Amino acid sequence: MTTHTLSVLVENKPGVLAHVAGMFSRRAFNISSLAVGPTADERVSRMTIVLDGESTPVGQVMNQLDKLVRVLKVVELHRGTAVERELALIKVHAEPGHRGQLLEVAQVFGATVVDMSPSTLILEAVSSPGKLDALLAMLDSYGTCEIVRTGRIALGRGTTAITDEHANDQQAAAVTAA
Amino acid sequence: MDMTGAQALVRSLEEQGVEVVFGLPGGAILPAYDPLLSSSLRHILVRHEQGAGHAAEGYAWVTGKPGVCMATSGPGATNLVTPLADAYMDSVPMVAITGQVPSALIGSDAFQEVDITGITLPITKHNVLVTSVEQIPVAIAEAFHIATTGRPGPVLVDVPKDILQAKAPWSWPPTMDLPGYRIPGPPDLQAIRAAAILLRQARRPVLYVGGGVIKSNSHEELLQLAELAQAPVVTTLMARGAFPDSHPLALGMPGMHGMFPAVAALQDADLVVALGARFDDRVTGSLPHFAPRAQVVHADIDPAEIGKIRRPDVAIVGDLKATLTGLTAGLHTEIAESGPLDTADWLATLDDWKRRFPLRYTQEDDGPLKPQYVVERLSALTGGDAVVVAGVGQHQMHAAQHYSFTKPRSWVNSGGAGTMGFAVPAAMGAQVGRPGELVVAIDGDGCFQMTAQELATCAIEGLPIKVLIFNNGFLGMIRQWQELFYDERYSHSELGQTIPDYVKLAEAYGCYGLRCDSADQVDEVLEKALAATDVPAVVDFRVHDREGVFPMVPAGKPNDDIVLGPEFSADEQRAAARRTVLHTEKVTR
Repeated sequence: MTTHTLSVLVENKPGVLAHVAGMFSRRAFNISSLAVGPTADERVSRMTIVLDGESTPVGQVMNQLDKLVRVLKVVELHRGTAVERELALIKVHAEPGHRGQLLEVAQVFGATVVDMSPSTLILEAVSSPGKLDALLAMLDSYGTCEIVRTGRIALGRGTTAITDEHANDQQAAAVTAA
Repeated sequence: MDMTGAQALVRSLEEQGVEVVFGLPGGAILPAYDPLLSSSLRHILVRHEQGAGHAAEGYAWVTGKPGVCMATSGPGATNLVTPLADAYMDSVPMVAITGQVPSALIGSDAFQEVDITGITLPITKHNVLVTSVEQIPVAIAEAFHIATTGRPGPVLVDVPKDILQAKAPWSWPPTMDLPGYRIPGPPDLQAIRAAAILLRQARRPVLYVGGGVIKSNSHEELLQLAELAQAPVVTTLMARGAFPDSHPLALGMPGMHGMFPAVAALQDADLVVALGARFDDRVTGSLPHFAPRAQVVHADIDPAEIGKIRRPDVAIVGDLKATLTGLTAGLHTEIAESGPLDTADWLATLDDWKRRFPLRYTQEDDGPLKPQYVVERLSALTGGDAVVVAGVGQHQMHAAQHYSFTKPRSWVNSGGAGTMGFAVPAAMGAQVGRPGELVVAIDGDGCFQMTAQELATCAIEGLPIKVLIFNNGFLGMIRQWQELFYDERYSHSELGQTIPDYVKLAEAYGCYGLRCDSADQVDEVLEKALAATDVPAVVDFRVHDREGVFPMVPAGKPNDDIVLGPEFSADEQRAAARRTVLHTEKVTR
């Protein structure tokens, strides 16, 4: 599945999330994930929105987001020029006979064990979205009983910041160069 | 000086230059109604909040100023939902103020509580729940700023009752804090130059004019460009009046019920210049088949409209007035540098189509009364000088087709949302905005019954609107679709022509009631109705129940499948389908 990752700065005011989410549902745009949190400036929150790229015209989404009064800035982050991460907590069946294998899998994927019971483990994994999917596929054969994922967050590589005036142009130029 | 929130609200509206508020009081908004009594604002007490909303729209359509409506919490607020959606679709500047239950009760399912900011989120340009009394002036200032700048639209301000009652020091003007709200700057000169080059080169250009030309008050700039470019002009349902119908370059309205020359010109164009228009599905028909050979220039104030439906070859974002002025200047330069335009063959072709495929209907002397005839007589008797307001349906299309518009802001209707019941309250608002002028609502019997209660408001407030009911006893457009697409199975579309008795109903509302069912009485009855200046007049025109609206492009079909209608022979229909564009040999220059 091709995706687009948008970084969106919004005013930290009541109802902003509803305005953004409402625009997506009203325009029939599909969100794969949405993560939101504070920034260094307490008046501003940052959202990372991942879109299903096949069904959603990304330029139109950005224009519609830009029109929302509480949205300050919209930038598309391109794979290769941005760091993308997601955190997952995975509770997996871990019968004593399987535990060693599971720990091996966790080690390969850089996941850490954060809880253990006689029959289950909870793994914490922070990685790029593709690697996380691979880990989940691997764990599936042992029987996962619960998964929670934060959704993707992302930052552009290098010196460019989202607040730079031409952040979008520079991201696009970097992609063209690559 | 300390003021209550209610006083600050009313004072803010005064400072904002508001002249009139359409509204209806209720518990939560009641504090605001007290200072209203001693303010400079005129308040028009409607009979239903929907009427207040549409009246605010009608006022905005004809004045260009923001319309203001006010309602209480809960059902008062939800009754504004349809007008807000309507104003959003048609980019009408409007500010709606709603009372809300006291802050402490929000979320508790209190009496008359609804989450109106949540409900209206997708149908307003912006909305806000005021959370402190100090915020009231800035909330109002921001609401007016957002509603009237850029692409206009409705803004809702929801104010809890306790905040209306609380006190705070008054100061004006407040400092607006809208860091994320951007109004597009001046149009890009390179884009304008690129468009001017295309316009000079085009052999078959069409100016596709939308409501943006009226909203940006740039009809004069449009006229200059059209005459310099020798390019024909189509005016959408939202743009009727933006270009005089009597002008030789005017082709009339495009779209599903557009005039044939307007529809066919877009289909055969080599350049479509969209000016404040948004490629609505009622204009394009089947999108892949729309204007298939045309390059597209799209000029709009809203960047999100560019490429939303049709990818343009040249996009110009910004104020249309500046764009049109720039295009005219650019075209002058292009002509000077690269030689004159060459649209003569195209204009000759279009004149030929206008002659062979006009709007056509038959009014027999002793036959049933045709709605088109009434519109044509109204147009003749008023010289195109009235403000014409329509609801939604057959009567709306007949009015848009057959009234000869001469100037902007003389046509008011519900375009995008298609809101039945729009006409009477919108005409009321239009009359408030243009006192002393002739405001005529052309309405259907179905539409009329949805909001007729505002006749009482009109009668009491001294607003002498004229309402011409085209009474065919049916939901006429529905009947037409059932005839054409549902095997003549008229499922629940017949209302009956005689109940209610519209003359008695008019009289009951303190209005002048008239009836007319034959062509030879039309002038006399119209003259009587138009002459009534003391009270509103209502005319029950008993029109033919089988009359359809033509031409017609069936929904979702290519515009090339346009049906001229029963007034045209099979040969004529074939000739229209096989139309060719005249080409004389180009002289080398």
